[in-house]
Amino acid sequence: MSKHQLTHLKELESEAIYVLREVAAQFEKPALLFSGGKDSIVVSYLAKKAFWPAKIPFVLMHIDTGHNFKEALDYRDMWVEKLGVKLIVKLVQDSIDKGRAKEEKGINASRNVLQTVTLLDAIEELKLDCCIGGARRDEEKARAKERFFSHRDDFGQWDPKNQRPELWNLFNGRKNQGENFRVFPISNWTEMDVWQYIYAEQIELPSLYFSHKRKVFVRDGVLYADEGVIIKKPTEITEERIVRFRTVGDISCTGAVESTASTLEEIIEEVAVTRTTERGTRIDDKRSEAAMEDRKKSGYF
Amino acid sequence: MDKAGYLEMDLLRFTTAGSVDDGKSTLIGRLLYDSKSIFDDQYEAIKDSSEKRGEEYVNLALLTDGLRAEREQGITIDVAYRYFATPKRKFIISDTPGHIQYTRNMVTGASTSNLAIILIDARKGVIEQTRRHSYIASLLRIPNLVVCVNKMDLVEFKEETYNSIVNDFKENVIPHLDAELVTFIPISALKGDNVVDASENMNWYKGETLLQHLENVDVIETPEKIVNRFPVQYVVRPISSEFHDYRGYAGRVAGGVFKRGDEISVFPSGLRSKIKSVDQYNIVTEEAFSGMSVTITLEDELDISRGDMITSVENAPLVSQDLSATICWLSEEPLQPNGKYALKHTSKEVRCVIKNVLSKIDINSLQENFSDKHVAVNDIARVEIKTTRPLAFDAYKTNRISGSFILIDEASNNTVAAGMIL
Repeated sequence: MSKHQLTHLKELESEAIYVLREVAAQFEKPALLFSGGKDSIVVSYLAKKAFWPAKIPFVLMHIDTGHNFKEALDYRDMWVEKLGVKLIVKLVQDSIDKGRAKEEKGINASRNVLQTVTLLDAIEELKLDCCIGGARRDEEKARAKERFFSHRDDFGQWDPKNQRPELWNLFNGRKNQGENFRVFPISNWTEMDVWQYIYAEQIELPSLYFSHKRKVFVRDGVLYADEGVIIKKPTEITEERIVRFRTVGDISCTGAVESTASTLEEIIEEVAVTRTTERGTRIDDKRSEAAMEDRKKSGYF
Repeated sequence: MDKAGYLEMDLLRFTTAGSVDDGKSTLIGRLLYDSKSIFDDQYEAIKDSSEKRGEEYVNLALLTDGLRAEREQGITIDVAYRYFATPKRKFIISDTPGHIQYTRNMVTGASTSNLAIILIDARKGVIEQTRRHSYIASLLRIPNLVVCVNKMDLVEFKEETYNSIVNDFKENVIPHLDAELVTFIPISALKGDNVVDASENMNWYKGETLLQHLENVDVIETPEKIVNRFPVQYVVRPISSEFHDYRGYAGRVAGGVFKRGDEISVFPSGLRSKIKSVDQYNIVTEEAFSGMSVTITLEDELDISRGDMITSVENAPLVSQDLSATICWLSEEPLQPNGKYALKHTSKEVRCVIKNVLSKIDINSLQENFSDKHVAVNDIARVEIKTTRPLAFDAYKTNRISGSFILIDEASNNTVAAGMIL
């Protein structure tokens, strides 16, 4: 490659930084949605780069289902400290206690969908006009059609048929009172890009991503951590396996994979030969063919 | 993939265009499938759906049809982005639908692409929509066109059929285009001929397969050949003792190379200074070139804010409140003659009035019509615009970033037009 040509990672980085700076310039009160997963870690790292030597000019917000891995929470607090940014935590439990959200029942119960209620309430309470997320278009087919600047009506809803066209690098963040935006700076990154970038920049991650011993049980071919969050069927037996997580989210909908990959290099090797998508370990997407589309339309990330 | 390799890969953004049933989704599915970018669970899911729909083959088109209405109606209703990589390159595809009413989607997809694939059904040859798609690709200054004559399996892989389509395109379409490089490839997306692997059914074709072409084509403009442009996006002012007097101008280089010590001008004010540093977190940078997001500091304290443009002292941009442009109308609400709109150009937003509609382009005949002034959705027109404040701009043909803008309806806040400055 010529001296004045960006590698694919540098170009993706540059694009994401550009988007983050547009957010800071176009919105009055943005927040970065931080889950402790690798994608939101990368976005917050990019935010640090975008505004350096100044601090990140917006808060981080964690919509907390209460079903967290301890490793993810420890990491979250360490990372926030390191970035020197303010963290706001909003609890799904509070929404349930206030009667705003209703706990799901049954064997596949999850608080994943309930996050939408807590998020929309937080947006209203804090008067947020933009939420930055780490979603990527390669994750899921509805996301493949979403814009960088995703306009939401005053109910937080996404209308896939009425999206603003996005041309060149001109992002239209104009909105009416009460409406807001979801912005996805790493829209164009794939899972592989994220791992390569983490490797290239040597970004610290929660230990959950690396191979470790864990008590798990099998359901529908997916390994779930036995942390007392998911109600097991009598036939589901807990055993110790060598696993790692490809995505890190709420315990009730994050599956592990058997893996001995304990370094970033080994993970990249593993991702390169893996034949299933990382969302293959997410039960929230398995509910129906249009599961993600439906959640987005009702205000999900 | 070895580590050194993937850290050195570059990125190609391309768009695909064709009319309904030209096999676009199938082609993309084929590229993803044959380059092993489709995962087992995705493949299983579409295999299931295909069986449910009673289809004979695994319908690769289902991979790109993301929304419920699309799956039900078997159409693509919006721009979808797809990703795949080979050891040589990473690719971003903007998949745009071919329906007449969705010209705006193609303009959207084309605006960020460096290459366009135009699909032609070998049974139908060059049709109206072929002209339209090729013209839009050329209007948006996509430097490389790849014309894929698809469904060759349905014309018995005949060389004569392919040649007559190629000749028709060369004689009747290319003269209307600005495209720098046009490549022709006979393929069958359904059967896989010449998509990734060379076709055994078309030994008469000696050129590259589509994927080989995508991997090898040189698409990146050399930054040195473009004039220096740096739209200021955000002013970085840390409030800390360590960086007490720091005032940096953050932005993404829109052309050329900026180096420490370079003399620069700032527009629209025309003030001059010298570059003190080119900053990036964690890295010592001496220079920044096209595409890089950096923060520039200057030797002098000037009044610079978002929307200003830093350039080299030579090759100044045009600074004016009057501009003429080709616009593509994107909104269901037609253009209001003498209507006022917000105009977004690089990082600057101003108000403007559309003073005059000069002509409309009939994108089927590619003729200019000077009498019809009604501009509605999917129309392409030449207009004269006056802005409330001066803009520093270039012609779109010399710079896709400093030469482009969008118009926004101030009541609905919708993006209503894409503009290319003449």
